[in-house]
Amino acid sequence: MTAPILQIKDITKSYGKKEVLKGVSLDVNRGDLKILIGPSGAGKSTFLQCINFLVRPDKGQIWLNGKEVRCEHRRNLYAYRQKIGMIFQDFNLFDHLTALENVRIGMVKVKGIPKEEAGQRAELELERVGLKDHMHKYPAQLSGGQKQRVSIARALAMDPEVMLLDEPTSALDPELIGEVHAVIRDLGSNGMTMIMATHQIAFASLLASEIVFMEDGKIVETGTPDKIFNDAEHSRTREFCSKITDLYGER
Amino acid sequence: MPESLTAIVDALPYLLGGSLVTISVVAAAMGLGFVVGLPLAVGQVYGGVVVRAIVTVYVWFFRGIPLLVFLFLFYFGFCTTLEIDVSPYVVAVVVLGLISSAYQSQIFRGAILSLPEGQLKAARAIGMSDFQAIGSIVVPQALRLAIPGWSNEYSILLKDSAVTYALGVAEIMARAHFVATRTYQHFPLYLSAGAIFLVLTWLGTKALRLLEDRVRIPGYSPHLS
Amino acid sequence: MDTWLYLRLEAFPALLRGFLVSIQLIVPSAVSGLVIGILVGVLRVYGKSVIKALADSYVVLFRGIPLVIQLFIWYFGLPYFKIYLSPFTASVLGFSLCSGAYHSEYIRGALLSIKRGQTLAAESLGFNTVQMITSVILPQAIRRALPGCGNEIIYLIKYSSLAYMITCIELTGEGKILASLSFRFTEIFLVIGVCYLVMTSLASFILARLEGFLSIPGFEQQRT
Ligand SMILES: Nc1ncnc2c1ncn2[C@@H]1O[C@H](COP(=O)(O)OP(=O)(O)O)[C@@H](O)[C@H]1O
Ligand SMILES: [Mg+2]
Repeated sequence: MTAPILQIKDITKSYGKKEVLKGVSLDVNRGDLKILIGPSGAGKSTFLQCINFLVRPDKGQIWLNGKEVRCEHRRNLYAYRQKIGMIFQDFNLFDHLTALENVRIGMVKVKGIPKEEAGQRAELELERVGLKDHMHKYPAQLSGGQKQRVSIARALAMDPEVMLLDEPTSALDPELIGEVHAVIRDLGSNGMTMIMATHQIAFASLLASEIVFMEDGKIVETGTPDKIFNDAEHSRTREFCSKITDLYGER
Repeated sequence: MPESLTAIVDALPYLLGGSLVTISVVAAAMGLGFVVGLPLAVGQVYGGVVVRAIVTVYVWFFRGIPLLVFLFLFYFGFCTTLEIDVSPYVVAVVVLGLISSAYQSQIFRGAILSLPEGQLKAARAIGMSDFQAIGSIVVPQALRLAIPGWSNEYSILLKDSAVTYALGVAEIMARAHFVATRTYQHFPLYLSAGAIFLVLTWLGTKALRLLEDRVRIPGYSPHLS
Repeated sequence: MDTWLYLRLEAFPALLRGFLVSIQLIVPSAVSGLVIGILVGVLRVYGKSVIKALADSYVVLFRGIPLVIQLFIWYFGLPYFKIYLSPFTASVLGFSLCSGAYHSEYIRGALLSIKRGQTLAAESLGFNTVQMITSVILPQAIRRALPGCGNEIIYLIKYSSLAYMITCIELTGEGKILASLSFRFTEIFLVIGVCYLVMTSLASFILARLEGFLSIPGFEQQRT
């Protein structure tokens, strides 16, 4: 077994008196697709945002490729964030830029790649998510599914080693979820390492290398999809899984 | 009445010349207000406690004292005490600009605060520094949202510029008064001056509306989404 | 004479005199401006078309022409028609008419923001027009208009300094005279600046308290 690409150890985070993360640890191997499930308010988003320091953890350590991430040095932080792609529930495309410019801006501003070259790469990434024809449209002119695919292209353009996806399909109409799932599936089969929070049980059980059940700021249980959904150890996991299967359909 | 009409017609070129002075004072003051006001707004939104406090005091100071008092304070006070030899025109631009910077900073601040928080987050997530994120994501969007406020600020500044007559800046108002005291046609001349201001307000607002349309992001409305 | 002694013995008595004149300018102008604003605002929303057009043009004129010019028209312009006003009267007239135009904008906006459902509900309960205006429309409109009208009053405090330009000697005018005699422009105008800062800060403090006092949970957010 090779060393994990990403090691997360004992992350804690409080907002005021409220302890939102109570020591969360996770090891992620190259090519893994870890699926985070858990009730709303469990701390999934906070955990994902702690991983790339969009939210500063109070305590805890993170290693990428065996090297500890020292986020107090800004340069390290910015370099690290480039290697960690992030997909948000509500897309967060830059509203004043076209699809192409959204994908290009990170390469130009952060990586310092010349505009021409970055533009070509951006086109390529948009083609990969099936949006070449829409590259000159602005976010407000795209459907939710298209926006989310642009945001995936934007993250991919930075050549990330790990992708964090925070409920990427929760804000989408049901008929648009498929197109985004197709792109994520594609990423997975190309070997991308991903941590994804989702309520889409069917998708998760099909593709996940491991399911991580979180509740109340802690990881309650981890295991293969089969184990978590059919044979979970903890009653809380079983309860949650049956509830979510009712809500989001058969697996 | 024909007497007053000839007075207006005779004075018109002179008054219109004054409107060039007015326009240049207003344009320069708006520019100065922009250059100072934008960093103030960014500081007030993203700065630490000290920066925020400084900006708050600055805004409170420049919004709390009348323009006329500032004009006298700067021109007769500071410039004399410090032996700076500047024209009333320059003092007018500086004072109007500084006051405007306080108001403009609040326009920009409102615009920045109305942007969804996710914009900054997404910029950070792809590895942008705060400086880059503010410069290439936050400010370009905020400036577009600020145009209606800017239009309002223009019309206030335009009208306020008439007060610089008190220092003898040869703008519309000063020229109208100058002619009026010689021809004794006060009423028609002040009315003409007023009419020119109305036209200038209308023109400027129109121009800013055009600008707003030009930089509009297709389909975008910040309060939906 | 050192600065402090000069300020205390010569400047302060004169400035106090000017300050009182300023107050005498501001208070009546604020009150009558508000009355004009409410009247014109109501006419612009509920008036017949001719009245509405008249009210609208009043607002365009008085908001579009610089206040200095308006003051000059009242003081130097009216004698053209053999009407002579004192500097003080001309100032109060000018301030009231100008700030009335601004107030009417806020009143109008506030009245328009009241949802049709509110008046429908009142009518369905059998309210007559007067009852509806006094117990449903005004209580809501006043809260909506308060921030804007409050701001306008703060503007009025500052613009009251323009009375000096038509020779009504208030705070700024007294200062100008004192400073011209003593050549202590910086000191005098700093003191005057502080006076205005106190007035505007006090006014915004009181207005903020008033807004807080009148606020209804969730009411400010729910715009049409
Ligand atoms: N910025 C914040 N300030 C205060 N509390 C927060 C903040 N962000 C999240 N929380 C709280 O932390 C808890 C976990 O939230 P979140 O990570 O969004 O959960 P999930 O994504 O699993 O639904 C919630 O109770 C939420 O109210
Ligand atoms: Mg969440």
